[in-house]
Amino acid sequence: MSLNIAAKEIKPLRQNYGHIARRIGEHKPATRYQEAVYDVQPTTNFHYPPSWDPGRQLYDTARTAIVMQDWYSFTDPRQFYYTSYVAARAKQQEIMESNFELVEKRNLLQGLQPELADQIRQVLIPLRHYEYGANMNNQDICHRGYGTTITSLASFNGFDRIGMAQYVSRIALLLDGNEETSLNVAKQAWLNDPAWQGLRHVMEDSFVLDDWFEILLVQDVLMDGLLYPLIYERFISQVAAQGGSTFLMLTQFMNEWSEENTRWTNQLLKVTASESTENAALLAQWTQAWLARIEAALAPIAQLAFGEQGAEQLAAVKAELVTRLAKQGVKV
Amino acid sequence: MAKKLNMRKRYELLTRGLGWEPSYQSKDKVFAQEAYEGIKITDWSKWEDPFRLTADAYWKYQAEKDKKLYAVMDSFAQNNAHLNLADASYVNALKLFIQGVSPLEYAAHRNFARLARQFSGEGAQIACQMQSIDELRHAQTQIHTISHYNKHFHGMHDPFHMFDRVWYLSVPKSYFDDASAAGPFEYITSVSFSFEYLLTNLLFVPFMSGAAYNGDMATVTFGFSAQSDESRHMTLGLEIIKFLLEQHEDNLPIVQGWIDKHFWRAYRLLGLVAMMQDYFLPESPMSWKEGWQIYFVENAGALFNDLGRYGLKMPKYHEIATAEADHISHQVFGIFYNYIHAAAFNLGLPSEQKMNWLSEKYPDTFDKYYRPRMEMWAEMAKDGKRFFNMGLPQLCQVCQIPMGFTEIAKGDPMQVAYRVSEFKGEKFHTCSDGCKDIFDHEPEKYVNAWLPVHQIFQGNCGGAAVPDVLNWYHFHPEDGGDYAGSADEARWKAMKGAVTTESTETTKPIQADAA
Repeated sequence: MSLNIAAKEIKPLRQNYGHIARRIGEHKPATRYQEAVYDVQPTTNFHYPPSWDPGRQLYDTARTAIVMQDWYSFTDPRQFYYTSYVAARAKQQEIMESNFELVEKRNLLQGLQPELADQIRQVLIPLRHYEYGANMNNQDICHRGYGTTITSLASFNGFDRIGMAQYVSRIALLLDGNEETSLNVAKQAWLNDPAWQGLRHVMEDSFVLDDWFEILLVQDVLMDGLLYPLIYERFISQVAAQGGSTFLMLTQFMNEWSEENTRWTNQLLKVTASESTENAALLAQWTQAWLARIEAALAPIAQLAFGEQGAEQLAAVKAELVTRLAKQGVKV
Repeated sequence: MAKKLNMRKRYELLTRGLGWEPSYQSKDKVFAQEAYEGIKITDWSKWEDPFRLTADAYWKYQAEKDKKLYAVMDSFAQNNAHLNLADASYVNALKLFIQGVSPLEYAAHRNFARLARQFSGEGAQIACQMQSIDELRHAQTQIHTISHYNKHFHGMHDPFHMFDRVWYLSVPKSYFDDASAAGPFEYITSVSFSFEYLLTNLLFVPFMSGAAYNGDMATVTFGFSAQSDESRHMTLGLEIIKFLLEQHEDNLPIVQGWIDKHFWRAYRLLGLVAMMQDYFLPESPMSWKEGWQIYFVENAGALFNDLGRYGLKMPKYHEIATAEADHISHQVFGIFYNYIHAAAFNLGLPSEQKMNWLSEKYPDTFDKYYRPRMEMWAEMAKDGKRFFNMGLPQLCQVCQIPMGFTEIAKGDPMQVAYRVSEFKGEKFHTCSDGCKDIFDHEPEKYVNAWLPVHQIFQGNCGGAAVPDVLNWYHFHPEDGGDYAGSADEARWKAMKGAVTTESTETTKPIQADAA
């Protein structure tokens, strides 16, 4: 007895969901990324005005001054939806786990120069609070932003920050044999040390911005755009050159993460700026308003990291950032 | 030698203390939503982490779970495993799910992100953030699972467009909009406690065991894969209630009010699930009433015994919901039987066998009140007078279900219940004391409801005639109506009937394939 499968009616009625077909056509099969993100967010016919923002709708394009014909013009170059996101991070955390394990097992921090250890404590450990604040900003973007291709990335970005805050915390615990001394000192530095107050001040000001796109620019492009290259590329390289190459391993995640963050924010800026001259002007105007302030806020941290070379290092990462922004159509 | 850290201490060191009290901006401005509901938090550090999952462990576990889930999904699609279903009428449950439930998962994703931004305690903040990203997972895995069904059956082709427009989908949408429009503590009480903790089993078990009983292994897999997330969400729901009540005695009346309100709203929404459970499934694992007995009467009863020490009482009108357990699925079915020509799923009168099952499960009510109605409808249909209600129904201003519920608690199950409130010189109708209380407590909120019937009459839904409105919904003619004679039924017969073996070679090949 043989089964005649050919006779079964298994020819599909359609390939795609309607909202996907309207974007990519009826006959081209959608990718999992496209299905997961396109047009999932409600857009109309909301029932009640939000008590936390009574003048606007639950989801409202008016929460930013940026104007887009289609808020799904931007798509993630990494094509992250939930599963591809956690799969990518699971791989990275596996490497990080074995890095931490190796450092612990082989006692690789034992021979570390005390001065270098102190510098790590001063420069790196307070950044766990920076990550936490950056997470708050990204949760805000996820909530008040518009369009799933953007808001879901803010969700992932925020989640990454918690992961990185926890990696930084683990570095502190490694340095202290699981005592919380460095964690406490770093928190005090974040709260009171003049070197950190500029950055904390900028960050707290960003918390209360009304425009979510401005928050995204200030946090994920400008603050990260200076801080990550400064610390995770340049400072950690310097530490490595001084006998602390272990820290290359312990911050590998952050370094890779920064490349990724640059990729998707570049794409977002490019799409947003090329939409209209008004958008491009607004992005430039925001950049103008914030960049110098962020640079000034980072100056004392650059000094902690590089001593006399601090100003030069900071100027170099700023020049890189300005070039990067210009390439996306944001000219300052 | 490094000091040993236990899990609890380690999690605390990695997580607690990350936040700080702002000083360059006022705390009230940074956490602008924390105070306006009147909830008093004196010390966030008293928060007990309901689960201690670091970000890296989360990535690892979730990636493992999803790897398995997508393997099942892929093989389901490759093998056209929808052919193994007990019957295609089962797919109507999935239609309701993707149209009405998946968008709620998405709404929860966005709103838990709000809580993760607005709560100033790191413990609660991070727990909410994990739930936010989990909810995105649920929405996306559901879209991916049901994508295969969309290729082979009708009614699932435009779920997110429908969610923003369709009359019966305003029931789930308005419920979640209600919570989303509220402050963060009301939101979490609503979604995490009243919905996830108290009632989630009444949603989850019918859909997932329904899927298992009817051969839908793809849905079973995403259901079970989501369950480990759900158990985290339920612990969060319980923790938040305990935390709020321990923080300040003034919180009790506020929280009790929210529990009362959102219990009733969630219960009304579950009326749609009750219909699905008793009338959609070819093979029914459990009746709505049995589920209510186990998951509400017994489980919630025990829970509120525990919570009694905080002064918390069972939600108001819970005894009415329990009395209605004998009726609700039949009444909601009746409403949809009237309007199935304007829905994107199919429905049919129960078979004799199904009616016998209903008689057995509902010995006090089915034969007395509902079987005669079904038999009359069957008779009318046989005479070519299948009854459709061509008028548009009055909707409840709060739950937005057509006003077809009756005075069950008053001992008059044949009398349609309606309540009237007045606000600024206008009349507003509600379906029950529960919904009327909700309206009367915040009339200025509920007058804003986007009521589909009113909107149709105001000309905001594509036109004045039913076909115009259905077109605006993106419904196709084959999406609704009776299951018997439907496009899905015909296709199912073609799928199954055409499985030929050499011994039954006389079966005709299918036209579409031959072409």
